[in-house]
Amino acid sequence: MNRYKNLVITAIMSGLLVIATACGTGGTENAGKTTGAGEGNKQLSGEIKIDGSSTVYPIMEAVAEEYQMVQPDVRVSVGLSGTGGGFKAFIAGETDMSNASRPIKDEEKAQLEKKGIGYSEIRLAFDGLSVVVNKDNNWVDYLTIDELKKMWIEDGTTKKWSDIRKGWPDEEIKFYSPGTDSGTFDYFDEVILDDQPIVEKATLSEDDNILVQGVKGDKNGIAYFGFAYYLENKENVKIVPIDGGKGPVEPTNKTIESGEYAPLSRPLYTYVKNESVKRAEVYDYAKFLIENASVLAEDVGYVRLPKEEYQKDLETLEGLK
Amino acid sequence: MKLIDHTKVVGHMNQRLVKNQVYKVIFFIATMFGLLILGILLYRILTQGAHYLNLDFLQNLPSRRPERAGIKTALIGTIWLVGVTAPLSLLLGVGTALYLEEYAKKNRFTDFIQVNISNLAGVPSIVFGLLGLTLFVRALGLGTSVLAAGLTMSLLILPVIIVASQEAIRSVPKNLREASFGMGATKWQTIVRVVLPAAIPGILTGGILALSRAIGETAPLVVLGLPLFIAFLPKTVFDTFTVLPMQIYNWTSRPQEEFHALAAAGIIVLLIMLIIMNSIAVLIRNKYQKRY
Repeated sequence: MNRYKNLVITAIMSGLLVIATACGTGGTENAGKTTGAGEGNKQLSGEIKIDGSSTVYPIMEAVAEEYQMVQPDVRVSVGLSGTGGGFKAFIAGETDMSNASRPIKDEEKAQLEKKGIGYSEIRLAFDGLSVVVNKDNNWVDYLTIDELKKMWIEDGTTKKWSDIRKGWPDEEIKFYSPGTDSGTFDYFDEVILDDQPIVEKATLSEDDNILVQGVKGDKNGIAYFGFAYYLENKENVKIVPIDGGKGPVEPTNKTIESGEYAPLSRPLYTYVKNESVKRAEVYDYAKFLIENASVLAEDVGYVRLPKEEYQKDLETLEGLK
Repeated sequence: MKLIDHTKVVGHMNQRLVKNQVYKVIFFIATMFGLLILGILLYRILTQGAHYLNLDFLQNLPSRRPERAGIKTALIGTIWLVGVTAPLSLLLGVGTALYLEEYAKKNRFTDFIQVNISNLAGVPSIVFGLLGLTLFVRALGLGTSVLAAGLTMSLLILPVIIVASQEAIRSVPKNLREASFGMGATKWQTIVRVVLPAAIPGILTGGILALSRAIGETAPLVVLGLPLFIAFLPKTVFDTFTVLPMQIYNWTSRPQEEFHALAAAGIIVLLIMLIIMNSIAVLIRNKYQKRY
């Protein structure tokens, strides 16, 4: 019985310890905030909730991180439930901004309208979908959009390189693609697949690093993923220039920004709730976001938009104030 | 007449010894397989992540610059989650186990509950995430708070805790109960003073193993819509927060190599937390274990 009492005491003590640790750290955090408040000229406070695409997340994380240094009292939280999941929360009125790696769909628009939620689209950066093959693949010099379609759309046959273009080896192509939940897949689906099923034998993975590993270790491998993953793995894979009708173009910061690398470059968005912009802290954050998106997006591996685009974004924002 | 034919025994002996050796080797390999994989995992994350593991890593917020990134909010958030999930799930779980073992009559209804609890233990965690999203986050309006996540996680690990507690309560010898009743104790007195103290090592071992699972889960929390970047810590259970596994998952899926190393450092911290929790379980078990 005595032992049992001891146990209860131990349990209570450890419970208290956990709470004390949590509160203790919370306290110091608070102290840090108040000292920061005296320094700025106009200190805002409030809460900004952002959710959505995990592709856009690194940009938002960078912006929120920088903003925290300017306005430490504004509580910004950024989630990554995915583009679709983000919109669901946005429609439910839970978030102030929703990140998306594709434009808003019609049914999502309709639902927002039904709920009476006004929104504005802000474009943040470009991502160039990069098609890559193995380093030892010495036959692919470029691919046209038709050839990409021929490769990636399921038609019941086993795809060989020789089927795609004459003179290419008679070997089976190994496909690696982002998972069907990702915005990257959605975009590829829209531009290349046209809603037709993707090759059955394709290896799907939500983690783009696995796609890189797949192509790196397979001479007949081909994959597509975000530009940032290509930038990090230039030594491991070979980029394929894409011919969108005006000759082969390789994705680079320049060709993506200018729009030459079409149709595989996609804009990244955030959708902001008009009503939220009326709150000073949301307006301030959105302004900070547009002003710094170009630099911060490139920091995390995306491509900046042309200057006029950001100017347009700013004008949209001013109109909402 | 001899009952044992020694020539026959000698003839079989070699074969039996060989058989014994073969099984010994097979079982040894089976044991080593898990250990080997664990060894490789530990070696990989230690060589990858040790470099980033320092005090700054524990005190910094997430950042786009790997050298400045840290897990402060995620680590504290995980501790909060355990702080809410542990009492909730233990109270509900032990309560259910006590009812089923000590009070409930053996009938169809009890069997039905029993089967469902066992089935629930096999439901994928993401389903609990969806349930939590509709029920706690949306319907009850708790938002992505510590409480909503704690309730979801409690539901997730309840079946395991219930089954473990039932086992522990069942293994308390009948004669102890009977002795207690014989001395004139009421049912409640018997439960509180005899059954529970004897069952507590088993209950806590099961409970802490279940909690270890809860702090390693990512999927249901992502479904709940928990944010990942937050610059503030929760002050009450109604505040939003983030957890360690989500941060680790995000870092592993980033393109830059440095973030993979950060993920490894995060895994080391999570492993240390798990080891501490499991050691507490072992300590408690050893301390309160009685032999009958």
